[in-house]
Amino acid sequence: MKILIVGGGTGGTILANHLSRRLGSEIRAGKVELTLLSASDRHMYQPGLLYVAFGQMTADQLYRDEASLLEPEVDFHVDPVEKFQLDQNHVVTKSGKSYAYDILVIATGSRIVPEEVPGLSEGAETFYTEESAVRLHKRLMEFQGGTVVMVVSIPHKCPVAPVEAMFMLHDFFKSRGIRDKVTLRYQYPTNRVHATANVARWAKPEFDKAGIEYETLFNLKSVDPVKKIVYSEEGTEVKYDLLIAVPPHRGMEIIEQNHLDQGGWIPTDRFKLTMNGRNNVYVIGDATNIPVSKTGSAAHFESEVLAANIVARIRTGTDNPVREYDGKVYCFIEAGFDRATYNAFDYVNLPDLKPPSKSIHWFKVAYNQMYWTSVRGLL
Amino acid sequence: MAENKVVDACNTFCPGPLMELITYMKQASVGDTLELLSTDDGSATDIPEWIHKVGHEVINNEKVDGIWHIKVRKTK
Repeated sequence: MKILIVGGGTGGTILANHLSRRLGSEIRAGKVELTLLSASDRHMYQPGLLYVAFGQMTADQLYRDEASLLEPEVDFHVDPVEKFQLDQNHVVTKSGKSYAYDILVIATGSRIVPEEVPGLSEGAETFYTEESAVRLHKRLMEFQGGTVVMVVSIPHKCPVAPVEAMFMLHDFFKSRGIRDKVTLRYQYPTNRVHATANVARWAKPEFDKAGIEYETLFNLKSVDPVKKIVYSEEGTEVKYDLLIAVPPHRGMEIIEQNHLDQGGWIPTDRFKLTMNGRNNVYVIGDATNIPVSKTGSAAHFESEVLAANIVARIRTGTDNPVREYDGKVYCFIEAGFDRATYNAFDYVNLPDLKPPSKSIHWFKVAYNQMYWTSVRGLL
Repeated sequence: MAENKVVDACNTFCPGPLMELITYMKQASVGDTLELLSTDDGSATDIPEWIHKVGHEVINNEKVDGIWHIKVRKTK
């Protein structure tokens, strides 16, 4: 039995480690082969990018060697897939090698596509890549006053990130002693300050208290980097001195090039995590079109469910899942530099935000290190 | 030729039905229709509010067996 995982991000790595531990005896006996293919030999802790932007982490703290995170039974190769030949049950990689599989898991993640918005790349800073987070930190340190505008594109990874960034901007400029010289503006696409009603209900009075201005129903259309104006699909505009953008996201190019997608995302059963129309192909993490947050948390919980189902499939031969993904997501929400809350929900239960506390903030700071235990499938 | 797509956003809280709809509206062509399915009662007002502000068209907005069916057309 050959299990092939494509993608070495949070979902792919946790899944590989869970399967390795649970199928260790079968792997050592040669009955199961477990292979992980990734485009990179390094693994990034992506939530750390926000902390890099505010000078609270350095870029080198975001990385570990992928091989060091994997159980020894995982056959790991840095060799990105170029062709998915699902009818033949194999993939072809950049090196030209062909990998056959009985079970395929696609965990290729997502990418930012700022080029889809005219002027965005030229006019805005962001914090979704190492380079951009480092550059944003430099801009924030140099900023002496004026209007900082946050714009949010759809779809995007980590839906609470723009809210967190606003609270962190408030505390950042307070700590620099220039908060009174900075206007903070937040432009958001839906009709509340966050798409999730309960998050919005909590964040709005917190924005008011911090003096953060906001405009809702503002869907980013274009940026004029010379005049320093952002335009919305709704016909409004806002001037800025420093523009910070949550850029639009899409699934990886390789998914589109192989026509596995609809609009960049792979159609996936929200409970079984199977790719629609394929019962031996699973999809986890950002790559799916499942209507849950594109976050490492969703990928984490999906990988635990999928590990149980793949183990059952191998041991009992059943295609029926022993567990279904219930839509579980848990995300910390930083409410500044020293307070945080969290957003936990599933397909049935609404998020119910608690007042921010220092203890949740410090738990989040600890989790920034605990992630490396989590991604090994131990936490 | 215009397409009709169904977007199933039932039992989703984050990013939620309106954001799901906006995602698919960005991908649609002018003239295409999208039917959003939502179990969130707020969708019945949230979706038309955005559709009218941006200048698209609401074709239908009704609750059937506990699920909102909100059909919209991309007009520009």
